[in-house]
Amino acid sequence: MAATSDTHSHDHGDHAHDHDHKPGFVQRWLFSTNHKDIGTLYLIFAVVAGSLGGILSEIMRAQLQFPNNHIVTEGQEWNTIITSHGLLMIFFSVMPALIGGFGNWFIPLMIGAPDMAFPRLNNVSFWLLPPAFVLICIGLVMGESGSGWTLYPPLSNATYEAGMGMDCTLFALHLAGVSSLLGSMNFIVTIFNMRAPGMTLHKMPLFIWSELVTAFLLVLAVPVLAGAITMLICDRNFGTSFFDPAGGGDPVLFQHLFWFFGHPEVYIMILPGFGIISHVISTFSKKAIFGYLGMVYAMVGIGVVGFVVWAHHMYLSGIDVDTRAYFMGATLVIAVPTGIKIFSWIATMWGGSIEFKTPMLFAIGFLFVFTIGGVTGVVLANAGIDEMLHNTYYVIAHFHYVLSLGAVFSIFAGFYYWIGKMSGRPYPEFWGKVHFWLTFIGVNLTFFPQHFLGLSGMPRRYPDYPAAFAGWNYVSSLGAYVSGLAFLVFLYVCFRTFTSKERVADNYWGEGATTLEWTQTSPPAFHTYSEMPRIS
Amino acid sequence: MATNRRNWMLGGVVAAVMAAMTGMSFAAIPLYRMFCAATGFGGTPDITGAVAPGASGQIIRVRFNADTDPGLPWAFAPDQNEVSLNLGDEQVAFYHASNRSSRPVTGMALYNVTPEKVGKYFHKTACFCFNKQTLSPNQNMEFPVSFWVDPAIRTDPNTADIKVITLSYTFFRSLEDAERSGALAKAGPHVGPMSAAEAVEKSKSN
Repeated sequence: MAATSDTHSHDHGDHAHDHDHKPGFVQRWLFSTNHKDIGTLYLIFAVVAGSLGGILSEIMRAQLQFPNNHIVTEGQEWNTIITSHGLLMIFFSVMPALIGGFGNWFIPLMIGAPDMAFPRLNNVSFWLLPPAFVLICIGLVMGESGSGWTLYPPLSNATYEAGMGMDCTLFALHLAGVSSLLGSMNFIVTIFNMRAPGMTLHKMPLFIWSELVTAFLLVLAVPVLAGAITMLICDRNFGTSFFDPAGGGDPVLFQHLFWFFGHPEVYIMILPGFGIISHVISTFSKKAIFGYLGMVYAMVGIGVVGFVVWAHHMYLSGIDVDTRAYFMGATLVIAVPTGIKIFSWIATMWGGSIEFKTPMLFAIGFLFVFTIGGVTGVVLANAGIDEMLHNTYYVIAHFHYVLSLGAVFSIFAGFYYWIGKMSGRPYPEFWGKVHFWLTFIGVNLTFFPQHFLGLSGMPRRYPDYPAAFAGWNYVSSLGAYVSGLAFLVFLYVCFRTFTSKERVADNYWGEGATTLEWTQTSPPAFHTYSEMPRIS
Repeated sequence: MATNRRNWMLGGVVAAVMAAMTGMSFAAIPLYRMFCAATGFGGTPDITGAVAPGASGQIIRVRFNADTDPGLPWAFAPDQNEVSLNLGDEQVAFYHASNRSSRPVTGMALYNVTPEKVGKYFHKTACFCFNKQTLSPNQNMEFPVSFWVDPAIRTDPNTADIKVITLSYTFFRSLEDAERSGALAKAGPHVGPMSAAEAVEKSKSN
């Protein structure tokens, strides 16, 4: 793999090809059309929204630490907190980090393109997010959006959530949806049309494949959510009755539309993580990824099958037994491509010369927590068992293991893997490892006991519980505080990195890191690949 | 700029897919309705008006269920809890309703049959649920429904074991009527138990 990179230093000459000339602050950050700057904005945004979502989860665990606690005073307040926590983490933290952040930064760098296909559109997709975030916060502060992140009517209709806060939350999702749609359009066009000569689809790095599949899922799924919440907004404000049986509507219709979006959405959140983990494991094992094509088509398979399993979220909505049997079978099938990925990662490590730097720790941590989450997913996929476990803490434990831990571990793996490339500065290895171990212990302490709570019947979405559940809830809350501390360590790592006087080399991971971004300087020049690299 | 044109073309295709998916989410409603009507999915009875073939000598029981939305000030119940009928034989059953309020009220009944898999074998030839019904103040009304069960239910291995079918109705106040009378849910703090004042107001509006 040979590539030409330009290493022009900052030079205010009149040369039109001065590649490192940066515009002024407002021009650069507000009107930015540079994929690296937009990626940076996305990452900062994800950390800010993730902090708020994290504070909400600490409040929730504090409330649930003891039975009959009164930190959260009212049920509605509780409902609003859980709703905002879910929406913030999904739409404003995990997605901006994995898709907008790392996607924007590294898609052009890894395929040898000078920028995204539609740079102006890229700017629009980022700047739709802050107003959406403000709308979510209005819903939270007004205490009027207590429907849960699933927004099911009748809980979200004008009778039970009469206030404007609920409408703000719905409009926030519209904006966030448009943002991801524009972003995914950009990703698809960039990946299809702007690869360096010689980089065929089957030579694309796995991270690019993961973002491509994710972009397709977004294009097919998000419009359905947009349709569903448009219907909901009309039902609430304009007298239609899409979901109101009194006018011939059907509340279960919303559940179908929502989960037709919602299930692909969970893969949208984890697939880019798969891509990152593949690179990290390959780099730190100093081996090419095991079974590249299998990895690619496992992701494609997960994406395709992910669209035909949505009703496994609705086993108790009154669907008949044959339908449940189908959705159960289809859901279990997803374990196959997911298993291919897990085993290929392990096979990549097998016989490798493994270095346990912080990104690799997070990648191995990812394998651990994602496998646990996957196994409980297989348990929940069974319609008969789900009748017992539906809406219990077992479900909470399951999806936090795959998302809160899986997706977030992959974000941190990507952060430690690429922060030197993005900032040009090394992160403090010791504090990175402290961050990993505190996070790993904290989140497992938080969520593993929730399996026990769920199996013994503790329902989700309540601010209180019978005293019988007190023990494991106490442990879980302690774990949440450890995780919160770990996040503070992460902020300290950021501080140490950005104030570091040291500089890193172009390819600071050495021989294991083989993709194109490592041929660029750290940080890369403001404009890269004015000359196309050629892939042999 | 060939690349630029290719980019806009592909971008246009992606945008068209997004528009199509948005359209599909709305089209799902009539499509699902048509699918249910055609296959009896979800316990949707056949209402095409097919003529009953005549008694086959095999017996099945049909039970009757009635629910009333709290927004509809009617008492609504079946005249009989259950009938036994010959497969293939048309049968008439009655429900009765009385308007408990002092103004005319229009209602509309939604219906299905359980177990849901018998939908395609359950034929409704005439039903009060096909139209809106209006009762004047304190009026009592008998509502007939005529139906027959296809003898093929006994030859389908999925349904051969079924001995009892439940025919269910839920009566709702029509939205126009609710709006006219001001009984439609109004914006306000509806969360939590209704206050005494609200409850009185609600009973008055009925």
